[in-house]
Formats: sequence, structure tokens, C-alpha cells
Amino acid sequence: MSPSVLLLTLLALSFAGYQTGKRRSLKIAGGKISELHSLPSFYGLYASLWCLIPPLFIVVVWLSLESSWLANSVISGLPENLKVQSNSDRYVTLNDIKNVVSGTTLGTQTDPAILNAAEHYRDLQQISRGLLSVIAIALALAGIYFSSRRINKNHRARNAVERVMTGAMVLCSTIAIFTTIGIVSSVLFEAIQFFKSVPVTDFLFGLDWSPQTAMRADQVGSSGAFGAVPLFTGTLLVSLIAMIVAVPVGLMSAIYLSEFASPGFRAAAKPALEILAGIPTVVYGFFAALTVAPFVRDLGQQFGLTVSSESALAAGLVMGVMIIPFVSSLSDDVMNAVPQALRDGAYALGATQAETIRQVIFPAALPGIVGSILLAVSRAIGETMILVMAAGLAANLTFNPFEAVTTVTVQIVTLLVGDQEFDSPKTLAAFALGLVLFIVTLILNVYALHIVRKYREHYE
Amino acid sequence: MFTPYISLENTVNIMNNLTQTSSENTRTLSTFDMVQKSLPKRRAAEQRFRLFGLMSILLGLIVLLVLFADITRKGYTAFLQTQVRLDIYFDPAVLNPNNSPLDRSSLGKADYNALIKGALSATFPDVQIRREKNELNAVMSSGAAYELQARVLDDPGLIGKTQSLWLPASDDVDMFMKGNIDRNVEESGRRINNRQLGWLDYLTADNRIAKHFNKTFFTAGDSREPELAGIYGAITGSVLTLVGTFFLSFPIGIATALYLEEFAPVNKWTDLIEVNINNLAAVPSIVFGLLGLAMFINFFGLPRSTPVVGCLVLTLMTLPTIIIAARAALKSVPPSIREAALGMGASKLQTIFHHVLPLAMPGMLTGAIIGMSRALGETAPLLMIGMVAFIIDIPKNFIEPATVLPVQIFLWADSPERAFVERTSAAILVLLVFLISMNGLAVYLRKRYERRW
Repeated sequence: MSPSVLLLTLLALSFAGYQTGKRRSLKIAGGKISELHSLPSFYGLYASLWCLIPPLFIVVVWLSLESSWLANSVISGLPENLKVQSNSDRYVTLNDIKNVVSGTTLGTQTDPAILNAAEHYRDLQQISRGLLSVIAIALALAGIYFSSRRINKNHRARNAVERVMTGAMVLCSTIAIFTTIGIVSSVLFEAIQFFKSVPVTDFLFGLDWSPQTAMRADQVGSSGAFGAVPLFTGTLLVSLIAMIVAVPVGLMSAIYLSEFASPGFRAAAKPALEILAGIPTVVYGFFAALTVAPFVRDLGQQFGLTVSSESALAAGLVMGVMIIPFVSSLSDDVMNAVPQALRDGAYALGATQAETIRQVIFPAALPGIVGSILLAVSRAIGETMILVMAAGLAANLTFNPFEAVTTVTVQIVTLLVGDQEFDSPKTLAAFALGLVLFIVTLILNVYALHIVRKYREHYE
Repeated sequence: MFTPYISLENTVNIMNNLTQTSSENTRTLSTFDMVQKSLPKRRAAEQRFRLFGLMSILLGLIVLLVLFADITRKGYTAFLQTQVRLDIYFDPAVLNPNNSPLDRSSLGKADYNALIKGALSATFPDVQIRREKNELNAVMSSGAAYELQARVLDDPGLIGKTQSLWLPASDDVDMFMKGNIDRNVEESGRRINNRQLGWLDYLTADNRIAKHFNKTFFTAGDSREPELAGIYGAITGSVLTLVGTFFLSFPIGIATALYLEEFAPVNKWTDLIEVNINNLAAVPSIVFGLLGLAMFINFFGLPRSTPVVGCLVLTLMTLPTIIIAARAALKSVPPSIREAALGMGASKLQTIFHHVLPLAMPGMLTGAIIGMSRALGETAPLLMIGMVAFIIDIPKNFIEPATVLPVQIFLWADSPERAFVERTSAAILVLLVFLISMNGLAVYLRKRYERRW
């Protein structure tokens, strides 16, 4: 029985459990529902939970252990010449076997040992799945039997069901924490592996980035250079250009929308501006690469400048446009939160609207605005697709916006897309870059959120 | 409350100073006159400030318009495809050379290209040299043969008959007919040579070449040949991924929001969860891709390039958005509803599931749709988990390799063929239509079910 069929069977059984539990409680009550502790549907739910949760638990544990057990027993059954191998060869062989099993090789795989192993794999998998189905269904039936035995007039089914549901909610809310732990551990472990072969100082302060690894030991230029400084400067340069566009435009839009605009204009312009944030980044990337970059290049030529066809300027400009709504909507909220009394006070002193905004509201809202700008910076640093498509791959150590630069995110993508060995420094370097990216954005986010929250409390 | 007073004081001080110094210099000018005198300047500054504000909003909107216009201009032509009408003779000598009983496998293997070549040389009988013949055959797409194959397999009775059929032209011809290849450029500089130009002119004069609705674009998977490439595979992948993401993230998001909003005690643990959620909302999406690669693929051994991994990664990515929206929706339900239900003897969970949740549902759905529309446009994390592979087949379930619409756009944008530019733009248009309708649905839901208490 395949897992999905098994799942459907379990669901059907749990529905049957619900009916059994409900019917049994009704029978016990003998028509007087008020004599029961809980409503009949809770007895039904009680039975269906008993029927569903234990088998589901078994299925999840079983399936998560199954693949490694299958791999081990299949590999140990291989003939000797395929057995003595390094870790990566083992992975390749296993992949071949799995491909034969899933039928994606279309008969191109001819090695009899592999075919035999695939047969073996299939048999073992069949046995394992069969056993699992029998156990799970038996457990489900036992659950129905056990729970309906326990149903009586005083049985507190509602409390039991509610306990389970509260537990489920608690479990769901911890997913956020597990995600963070998952991110940190997955990035950190690979990064530590990387720092075993490349010292941290070389990585953080090295000026040369050319992440190739040697195919043969005697190859020319066999050792790749993993100095990430050009990536950091590239990221900074592009983010800086983006912020030069986004901060003034975003702030002025926010000021106009929150202070000057009529309600009608505001209702139309605000969502229209927010469309900018909703456009997928890959669309911006295409726009930057095919429209903005050639335009910038031609414009530069008119002024006698040599602009690379993949310039930091084009990518940064487009990214700035993308970030405008982030700056504007957050600062808009922040400025709306400034108490009306401050505005009234300034008007009473004879200040014009613009003077009030510049000298009263803006300073009062400054912490919140700084917070929103920091959030936008973190967004710019983590932006990927625009840069992958428009900023290029050349790791130039330059602050010239007309040249091509590469960024941390672009390098993560180029290092990890395509087939790769998982333990080469080239792949691991991507995780080290990911670690840096995560730490930097984390610090920016925590600080910015802290400022914004403190600011909000200040005026509440 | 500190900063604003400072600045107000400053302003007042400055004004006082101004009054003093000027009254010392020109005794005749009173404060009133001074204010009068400065008014035009201040009014101009006011106008300027306003104008800057308006201009920056307009700038944003203009860029938006330029973006849409540019993509539309580049992409709308892809919805039409150049086709050539050929009189195909379904030659039994080619399709069934041994005169054996017809069966699908032998019919499937027949040389359908020969039929097209035959039809072409019947139309242009004076093309005899081998090289010129190759040039002539290059006018047609390699997909034309597949179409003939499909027709014959559909109806073997065609064999021996002649039919006049519209068949796809190659991408270079398509580009030429759409005006993207200039005939005035020197011959070596364009992908259609002079001889081919002559044939195309003949076909045009004979009404044998025309642009028809590009059905392939909506029904085919990816292909190396632009005229055979379609977005159906990518859309299927997107739908699978999004459906999975929705069914994972919506219940989990609601459960989390309910717990945090209705049950959680105020303590360090809850605080930690909240900080985590707010933080995850701002973590770069590519980091989620790294998580997916290291955790789901390498550690748990889930299959690469498949929607199931895509679902998991996008679920983790959209959860914060959904949770934050769901909490806002729960907050907007007034406490009196809860108190009334509790007063009637409902348990806490009954109160929430029977009364609070239904009232908060529209707001939660709106948040979920916005989260889904973000997930639909997401590319970077899916590159990490291998959904960039070149996949021709239409995915049928969650564990088959698939790609999604934004990734397809990325792949096509990287392709050198000129014809892929318009297809990329067209795919973007389709993606934007999906996004706009999703956001429109969210706005509609908000407007329709918004309640003021």
C-alpha cells in the first residue's frame, strides 16, 4: 500500500471511529443527552483521535527511518567491486539504483549488479510498506476499540479532545522556533566544514574570489580563492544605490500620502504603490537585464562613459524601485502614529504644513523611520533574483557603479545551482556566505524591530 | 515626547533671534512686517515640498507603468505563432513501407519529417541543391513532424490522403514575420538568408503563411526550441506547489495565531516565539532555500527538484506572513463576542472555534492569499532546491521533478534565442495575471466581509 493510499485509509477509519464513538455515546445516554458529560460529537472526536494519532505517529517515524535502512541493506548486498567506495560514489550508486526503481532511466541502465540491487531494493521496500500498512491499520482498529470501551456517562471526552487540540496548537507555534534552529544549524554546520579547509580570516578579509576547485591535483590554479571582500563590497554598492533611490522617494511619498493627500488620492495611490512590492523579483530582474541595463549603457555612452552591460547601477536602480513601498508604507504608519497634538501645536505657532512636517513630525518620527530604513536595507542585502539576472558574476573589487559587481546572494545561487558534490569547499562556501548573510540581516532586523517597537510604545 | 519639543523650542528661538537682530538693524520693521515679508518665500517652500512629494509618488507609478508597458510590448506577440500551410500527402510508402498491418509503435517511429520535406519540395520544385534543400527545410519547426505524428496516430485512415495543414514555422521565421528580424540588414547579420527571404515572400503572396493563436504556449512543457516551448508544465508545477503550501501553511498558521492570541500566557517562551516569527518574516528568502537544501534534501533525503520540497520551503517562508495576518484578524474580533459565548457556558475552545474563528476567517483568508501570492512569485529558494532543472514532462504528483512559473521565466530569460525574449515576457504576463487576480480576490474578500464593530 503506498503511503498516500494508507493515509486515505487511516482517514476513512478515523471517520468510522467518529461515527462509532458518537453512536455509542448516544446509546449510553439512551436519548437523554444531558446525562452525558460531553456532547456526543466530542465522544466521536475522542474515538477518531485515538484511531488517527498513534498510527500516524508510527507512519511518520517508519517512513523517515525507512530510506536510510533500505540504503544500508541494499549497499551491503552489492558485489565487492561496487562496495569499497568513497562516500560520494556510494551516493551516486544509490542514486542509480533509485532511478532504476522509479523507472526514470528508461532502460539505459545496464549494469546487472545495479539492476539486481534495484530489484532487491524494490522487494525490501514492498515488504516494509506492507508491514507498515498492517501495523498502522491494526493500531487504528485497536484505537477505535479501546476508545469506545472507555466511553461512559461520566467520561470527560471534551476535556480530553480539548487537551489534544491545545497541544496541537502549541506544537504548531513552536514551528517558528524550529525553523530558526533549522536555519542556524544547517548553515552553521556546513560553514564550519568550510572553515576547516579555508581559514575564517582568509574568508572574511581575503580580496580575491574565484571559487573553483581542482579536478586533478596537478592542475594550474588548482586551489580556489575564497576571499569574500569583493562580494561584500559588491553587496554594499548595490544596496547603497538602491537606498539612494528608495529612501528619498519612499520618504517623500510617505509624507505626501500621510500629510497632504486627499483621502481619495490616498486610497488610490497607496495600493498602486504597493503593487511595486508585489511584483515578483524575477520580473524586476528581467526588466533590469533587458531594458534598464541597455538604457543605462547607452546613456553612459552619450556622456562618454564606459558602462558595463551588467552594471551595478542598473541592478541597484531597479532594486531601489522595488524597495520604495517598503520604506513608504512603514514610514507612513510611523508618521500617522505621531500624536495630532504635536501637529496642532506647530500650526498654532504659525508654522506652515511643510515646516510642521520637517521640524516637528519628522524628528518625532525619526526613530521609526530609521527602523523602517534598516528593514529596507536588510531587504536589499538579501535580494537575489534582480542581481542574479542583472548584476553579473565577475567578482570585481570596485566601488565604480558602472562596472559589473557580484554579491553574496548571487554567489550563493551560482555555487549551488546545478549538480554539485556536497563536500567540496565550493559548495560549502555557499553556506558560509549564507551564514554571513543570515547574521547580518538578523542583526539589522532585530535592531530595526526593536527601534520600531520602542518607538510605538513611546507614543501609545 | 522629547525630540519634538526641542525642535519647537529651536524654531521659536530662531524666530526670536531673527526679530532681535533685525530690529536692531532696521528699527522701522516690526515682527509683523517681517513675517509678512517672509511669507512668499515660505509659501514657495511649502509648494516645493508638496511638489516633491507628489513627484516621488508619480515617479513610482510611472516606473510601474513603464514596467508593465515594456513587458506587454515585448510579450504580446508570443500569443501568436507563425504557421505555414502545407499540402501534406500522407505517403503510405513513407509511413508504412512494408505494407504491414498498422500498429501504433511502427506508425510512431515513421519518418514524418520526410512528409514535410516532400510537401516543401512540391511547393518549391526548383530547389534541387542539397544545401538549399536544408535551408528550405529549416523554415519549418521540428515540431511540425510531431504534429503530423499525432494526427496519424489519432486517425490512421489519413494514410494515402492529402491534406492542407497549418504547421508551425521555425523560431527564426516566426521572428522574421513578427518584424524582429530586419530584412534590410546585411545577409550575414541576420538569421534568415536571402534565399529563405524569397521563399517566405512567395509563401506570403500565396497566403500560405499566417500568424495564428499560439496554443502550444499554453499546452506544452519546456523545450529547447522556442516555438515548441510552453508554460503548461511550469503552471502545473506552480499549482501543485501552491496547493501543498496552502494546505500546510494555512492550518499551521491559524493554529499558531490562535495559540499566541487566545491561549498563550505572557512569558519568556511566548516572547521568544513572537520574536522568532517577526524575525523570520524578514529573513532573506534565499536563506530558506539553503535550509531546504541542507535539511530536507541532504538530511531527510527528500527527492530533489520536486514540488514536495518546494511546498515545505515555501510553507516555512510564508508562515510568518500568515500568522501575523491571522493574529490581526483575531485581534479585530471584539471581546464581547468571547464573553457572550463563555457566559452561555461554552468552553474556551468552543468559544473560539464556533464564534471567534468564523468571524476572523475572512481576515485570515486575505492574509493567506497575500502569502500565497508571494509564494507564487518566489524564485530564489526554489533555485536552491533544484527546481531549475530542464523538465519537459508535465509533473503529475508531488514527488516528480517539476519547475514553477517564476523559475521558468528565469530559465528562459537566460536562453540566447531571440524568440525566448517574447516568450519570457508572455510568461511574465501570465504570472502577473495570476498575481493580480489573487490580490484582487484578497481585496474583494476584505471589502465584502469587513465588519466594523
